[in-house]
Amino acid sequence: MDQIQKTLLEEIAGLHEVPQGAYNIRVDGQLDSRATTENIDIVTKTDVSGIDIYVKPGTKHESLHIPVLLSKSGLKETVYNDFHIGDDCDVTIIAGCGIHNGGDQASEHSGIHSFFVGKNAKVRYVEKHYGTGEGTGERIMNPTTVVNLGEGSTLEMEMVQIRGVDSTIRTTTGELKANASLTIKESLMTHGKQTAESNFRIEMNGEGSHINLVSRSVARDTSRQVFRSEIVGNTACTGHSECDAIIMDKASVSAIPELTANCLDAELIHEAAIGKIAGEQLMKLMTLGLTEAEAEEQIINGFLK
Amino acid sequence: MLELKNITYFVDDENNQKGILKDVSFTVDERFVAITGPNGGGKSTLAKVIAGIVKPTSGQIIFDGQDITDLNITERANLGISYAFQQPVRFKGLTVKDLIQLAAGEQKNVTDICSVLSEVGLCAKDYINREVNASLSGGELKRIEIAMILARGTKFSVFDEPEAGIDLWSFQNLIKVFERMHEQTNGSLLIISHQERILDIADKIIVVSGGKVTAMGTKDEILPELLSASSAPAACPTLTDKIN
Repeated sequence: MDQIQKTLLEEIAGLHEVPQGAYNIRVDGQLDSRATTENIDIVTKTDVSGIDIYVKPGTKHESLHIPVLLSKSGLKETVYNDFHIGDDCDVTIIAGCGIHNGGDQASEHSGIHSFFVGKNAKVRYVEKHYGTGEGTGERIMNPTTVVNLGEGSTLEMEMVQIRGVDSTIRTTTGELKANASLTIKESLMTHGKQTAESNFRIEMNGEGSHINLVSRSVARDTSRQVFRSEIVGNTACTGHSECDAIIMDKASVSAIPELTANCLDAELIHEAAIGKIAGEQLMKLMTLGLTEAEAEEQIINGFLK
Repeated sequence: MLELKNITYFVDDENNQKGILKDVSFTVDERFVAITGPNGGGKSTLAKVIAGIVKPTSGQIIFDGQDITDLNITERANLGISYAFQQPVRFKGLTVKDLIQLAAGEQKNVTDICSVLSEVGLCAKDYINREVNASLSGGELKRIEIAMILARGTKFSVFDEPEAGIDLWSFQNLIKVFERMHEQTNGSLLIISHQERILDIADKIIVVSGGKVTAMGTKDEILPELLSASSAPAACPTLTDKIN
């Protein structure tokens, strides 16, 4: 791995060296390195590009890293990763994609992640997207996430994209069985001429299922963001979605929430707010000795934290 | 320490110029000065003029011998002026710890933050990682606002109605906080307040009404007059009938 790739790896996964536990590192469309454990197996797909990950039932406190790095300009790939999480597991998955584009051709990574989470399993999933490079070629990421949550299972997803991705269409769909719980926290920042589209469609089919979707974003310069969320309650369930955006400069943000209740006992709530940084927030921090630019930086960092 | 010279502030009000502050002059050299007077009299605007949030139409502000009239909020803050808002600001994402550290201008350990928070009656364990957002009550926000001023420890601090929104039990403790600040400060405190208990510990009281300083002096000179009905603002007959 060269220095550029090492920097990307640190940005997206916080890794300085080979991680503990199971991992699969993909570099420029090829397998770079892999480790499996007694409980976590990783198998290369034969029909399409990608991997199948099998986590044995009852696996507790193990982690899995699956970073993807692209440092060749003009590389385009679609990768299918399927996560088969056994019953009663408690695991953490760190995914992420870093693109360094030093050339003039577009680099593109489309990751399609499917989760099959077993009964009463608990999964924490962290995904960080990052782009860099002095080239004029676009850095494009189009992640698709499909979640199937078994009875009583819990999935917490943190999805972060705060720098350097020129164009992104993020799609997350899912289905929840009885007493399953899904929490999604999305943090997004766009700058320059970037565009970001974030689409969610979650169906709650099992009694007592729950979704909490919180998206916080900042749009700067002339960037444009569209947030769409569709939450469907087909039974007694609770759903909450929240889209909170700060716009700056000449940016634009659209929030299009949709709630559908097909059952009398489905309780669904949506909150959306878009606006510039409140003048009084800037003023307060300036009375503490910060300049206007420093105050802005603190407010945005806190907001996306 | 601080001197206001002939401060006026006019705003446009339906093609007319409305005077919010009319030729206000006073000095603050004492350790503890209170400004009081009826609502809408211009007290909060005065605090904002001192902090640099409102630019006066005319007049001069001198701080430690330096003319700061044209300095911005940040420059004044860095010279040693602190300002506790009457209505504290909420921040999504920033925690109590973040704000105390920003106020102090450096990283603080838990013990330091704990000592500042306990001064205002908050337990660090419960609050240090709380977001300063709508989940906090008005009274809690108010105390965090005061804690930020304590963390800054500057030579000049303005408090705009620190007692507003604080319950009676906490009020006793708040008075103690100000009594301690009165004893310990190396500079001056300027407090806008309606509370007799706070006016009682002031070295000087300034009465601001209708955009003007209408009285100024020690508490013995000002309080008796203030507490008599004669200084109440002129009201329309309907209101006067109700009061009497």
